[in-house]
Amino acid sequence: MTALRTGRTPSRFGSARLAAKSAPYGFVAPTAILLIALMVVPIILVIGYSVSDGAITTKNASFAGLTNYITLLTDPEFWNAALNTLVFTVSSVVAHLLIGLGFSLMLNSKLIGAVPRAVFRVIYILPWLFTAAIIAVLWRLLLDPQGVINYLLQSVHLTGSPIAWFGDPSSALLAVTVMNIWAGYPFFMISLLAGLQGVPADLYEAARVDGASGFQQFLNVTLPQLRPIIISMAMLDVLWTTQQFALIWLTTGGGPISVTEMLSTVTYKLAFTGFDFSAASASAVIVLVFSLIVAVFYVRSQRSES
Amino acid sequence: MSNVARGRRVKLAGLALATTAVLLTAGCSSSGSSTSADGKVTIEFSQWWGSELPDGDLQKIVDDFQTANPNITVKLLTQPYSSLQDQTTTAGVSGTLSDVVGLDGAWVNNLVKQGALDNLSDEMKSSNYDASQLSSQVQIDGSTYAIPVVNFVYPLFTNDTLLAQAGVTTPPATRSEFLTDAEAVTAKTSAKGWILPLGTTNPNGVQNDVMSWLWASGGSMLKDGKPDLTNDGVKSAVDYVKSLYDAKVVADGTFTLQEPDKVTQFTNGQVGMMVDSLAHITTIRKANPDLKFSISAIPAEDGYTGKRGIPFASWGIGVSNNSAHKAEAWKFVQYMMSKDVNANISSLAHGFPANSTATPDFTGSDPLYEEAFKIYQAGYPANEFVGLPTSDQLMRDFDTEFQKTLNGDGSVSDMLSTTQASWSKAF
Repeated sequence: MTALRTGRTPSRFGSARLAAKSAPYGFVAPTAILLIALMVVPIILVIGYSVSDGAITTKNASFAGLTNYITLLTDPEFWNAALNTLVFTVSSVVAHLLIGLGFSLMLNSKLIGAVPRAVFRVIYILPWLFTAAIIAVLWRLLLDPQGVINYLLQSVHLTGSPIAWFGDPSSALLAVTVMNIWAGYPFFMISLLAGLQGVPADLYEAARVDGASGFQQFLNVTLPQLRPIIISMAMLDVLWTTQQFALIWLTTGGGPISVTEMLSTVTYKLAFTGFDFSAASASAVIVLVFSLIVAVFYVRSQRSES
Repeated sequence: MSNVARGRRVKLAGLALATTAVLLTAGCSSSGSSTSADGKVTIEFSQWWGSELPDGDLQKIVDDFQTANPNITVKLLTQPYSSLQDQTTTAGVSGTLSDVVGLDGAWVNNLVKQGALDNLSDEMKSSNYDASQLSSQVQIDGSTYAIPVVNFVYPLFTNDTLLAQAGVTTPPATRSEFLTDAEAVTAKTSAKGWILPLGTTNPNGVQNDVMSWLWASGGSMLKDGKPDLTNDGVKSAVDYVKSLYDAKVVADGTFTLQEPDKVTQFTNGQVGMMVDSLAHITTIRKANPDLKFSISAIPAEDGYTGKRGIPFASWGIGVSNNSAHKAEAWKFVQYMMSKDVNANISSLAHGFPANSTATPDFTGSDPLYEEAFKIYQAGYPANEFVGLPTSDQLMRDFDTEFQKTLNGDGSVSDMLSTTQASWSKAF
């Protein structure tokens, strides 16, 4: 009996342990398979295309090594797009942060009553509710030569003739950046507002007891408390803004004269109008590498926070 | 973890990946084309036409074909134009193109390079098809790979009220008349004389609003199938368009305007004249029923007496090179190009039949269609971008360089030389 028991019990125990051990893998498996099929495989394919010649458009694409990367990185148009992306991204992220912080401080202030606060909250969040297509149409109407902005500027004699904001090479990059800032600040505002509401009141009380002014409280209490959120939001925003495509495509298409050309629009044009999927893949991989670098910093900051 | 266990896991992961890849490949390459046990054949027809025709009209046309050919079933795969181009490109290389494919002329060159399209010249020869009834064919290296089914022409639209206010009684017939009329509209009304959409998101303004001036005077931007942008005809046309821009008779915001902006501004009476597709007549009538407008041929160079080329866009048709049922697919193409069917589909689409013996039925339709048909018959359909490699990219290159010139950066001659060099790389 004993021998039988000792023979059976480890077996039962082993099966149960194996089942318990494999259960988490079973739960994760569907997601893992989907991720592999929808993310890992395409990324590997794109990397493969980027080192080939005639990907997608020819049946037997030949190996091209780093040729596509060299061609892109020695093309002034690519660097023009990279510079535009940098200006667009840095301006947008800084403005998103400043406007988001300003509005969140205002919405968190006790100087404003509950009703006006709720109204402002709805108004300020509005840009976030619109899709890219609606934002593009809205801003095209606003900035049209016969649009509201030109009417107002002409009414107060700030300009004599209407300005084609999106169509003028000297103002187009500014116009798309302003539009993107408008579209994206609520993300910062909401996150920072949540952060502000989590700052312990006793910290402010202690600061007041120490004789700190309002500005000193902001510098020495509010900002340090918001720092982890600001860093996380800024990194995410850098990633999203670098990849912004829809707003640019729907308003200027990268023009006029390439002044609003971004890495995203260049990649799209290489693929779907030039049918050069190899170069487009190389461009996409370059953006991916840049995004990975930012993502590493993001994960690190998240780790240090936790 | 032991090496054995690790090896087993690697094998399992490899198997999972391979299975996924096989499943994906199988999913991608599945085709609706088939032959049943009783010998009945099913062919697929991918196109965007169904979504642009009244509901069910394309299916009725297909049903008539099936009644006449009981052994062939045609499965319609209808998608919006915007998504079909990308899908056709990828389906071409993966060999999964539908048996019969709706084609824009701009896609053909790339698909032929992929070896995705059947050589229709061979099909015509083997079936003794009379090709003289076709108003045009999309040819690469002398062989036909696509046939336009319906043509949508781009005449000159003029706002009668604005022109009358400017003291103009008849639409302009020559370039100098057009400039004078555009100046008059700009000076004497609150509108601009003309609208030139040069936005690069969809750069078709180069084809419809710039090159149309060249084709209207019988000019060509090609020589022996290769770019020839530095010839006198092109220079004259581009110089002329620049002169209109410099004279400030063109609506503001040219560099980012798109075709829909052009139609909207004309419909709202903000511009006196535009070159546009006949397909927009219904849109304009619906949006502004009070607008009085006419259509006429695009003005030609002063003194030009030859036939005028009129720009067009078309619904083209082709056959997949990988089709297992090429004979049936070609039979369906012949049916679509037959006199009566072609006339019917063009009437439904408010376009013109590409079968030169067919006459569209204008009964109950806007009188401007009949007027446009006379202009179309008096001239010839002209669109030299059809069949060129990466047509959209060629237009975009031209567009960007032209914007620089209009912005005061360099001469027209320099711009044409630069564009000629960039175009040549694509050929």
